[in-house]
Amino acid sequence: MKYLVDVVTLEFFQEKCTGCGRCIEVCPHGVFLLRDKKAFVADRDRCMECGACANNCEFGAIKVNSGVGCAAAIINGMITGGPPSCDCGEQSGSDCCG
Amino acid sequence: MGIEKLSFLPRAVGVKKAAGQPAVSKVSSEWTWKDRLGEIKCRISSFRMRYTVRPGLYAVGEPSVESDVFVTANYKLSFDILRRELKGLNVWIIVLDTKGINVWCAAGKGTFGTNELISRINETNLHNVVTHRRIIIPQLGAVGVNARIVQQRTGFRVYFGPVYAKDIPAYIRAGHVKTPEMRLARFNMLDRLVLTPMEINPAMKKFPLFALIALVLFGLQPSGILFKDAWEGGMPFLIFGLMAVFTGAFITPLLLPFIPFRSFAVKGWLTGMIAVFVLMKGIELWYYKSLLPLAAAYIFFPLASSYIALQFTGSTTFTSMSGVKKELKIGVPVYLTATALSLLILIIYKLSQWRVI
Repeated sequence: MKYLVDVVTLEFFQEKCTGCGRCIEVCPHGVFLLRDKKAFVADRDRCMECGACANNCEFGAIKVNSGVGCAAAIINGMITGGPPSCDCGEQSGSDCCG
Repeated sequence: MGIEKLSFLPRAVGVKKAAGQPAVSKVSSEWTWKDRLGEIKCRISSFRMRYTVRPGLYAVGEPSVESDVFVTANYKLSFDILRRELKGLNVWIIVLDTKGINVWCAAGKGTFGTNELISRINETNLHNVVTHRRIIIPQLGAVGVNARIVQQRTGFRVYFGPVYAKDIPAYIRAGHVKTPEMRLARFNMLDRLVLTPMEINPAMKKFPLFALIALVLFGLQPSGILFKDAWEGGMPFLIFGLMAVFTGAFITPLLLPFIPFRSFAVKGWLTGMIAVFVLMKGIELWYYKSLLPLAAAYIFFPLASSYIALQFTGSTTFTSMSGVKKELKIGVPVYLTATALSLLILIIYKLSQWRVI
């Protein structure tokens, strides 16, 4: 299943890539593939901006503005003026995120 | 006031002595009827917000100093699914304190994260429990866990295991190697179906308020509220309202890939529109002696279904923040304008009934 076309903030700087394959190991949507000992973005629109790749790339070759793709969380953020937050439990006592 | 967290002690089937360490609880890989009941309650209610296990070290089978170490969250359902798939294996489990939230969501929040993992490795004295330096993190935990920092600070090399616990036996047999399929998060119809109760539940919580507004609006007379009018006029709207919840929180999630367009808002609007159209066939035009309430229904309910469907983005495995932001940027003004417009149409309808205009 694919979501909206051409919206994600994923950026890949191939010159910094060493071909270690960590991004391929952690991406749950097969966005990256390896070619000539370097990773490349094979299917950008499958990216869900979870941030696993950027978090684990030792060479700073990946940048993505990661966060939860959740309407309730983003509306929450709009209201409070903060970042999108699905603050479950604690104060709000909301039911999301089991 | 915070929610009180119930801490469920996994049923210990024995104790395991590990070197230099107090006894470790040994847990079964079997599920009892209580575990099954727990899963059902998690799927349908906010019970899941307080379904936790105590963080720390556990043993499955008869693990040794050579055995693999798996890490999970302290949401009991996450822990249960992991131990169920470890049947016949001898392994260690480290449970992180994720405040009762599952691995992926907790990783997004950072509670299933690098610091918690490092402190839990140290606290459980893992260096003495095993002689190797491998630790297996669920792949989806990579959002919160930085493998390099964990290795620098603890010496343990992080292996990101399969997305699904059911692939663990094959992953171990292959020598800690994942097939490409083991790396992918799926979202099949059954996955979506089990999520729908928790879409319907919050939507229905708002239903009484909507019903009250609809009934008051239709019942309102210059002389007061007429219950007969409230009921006769409001009932079709209550049915439309239930329908919007049904199409937005159930039909759209269930048939997600089969409904055209990628936008959840559009998908929800489409299913809502079809349902309003079908239901309208059941309402004779003379019912209201006016087209105005029907026009209001056509404007409001497909969009209500759209808004409810948009909430499902929070439960999927593939929607991005940028995408949902884009939907909301266009959607929220449309929702607000359309709600105001439908109210205005109903007010005009009321005024024309009262022969004010």
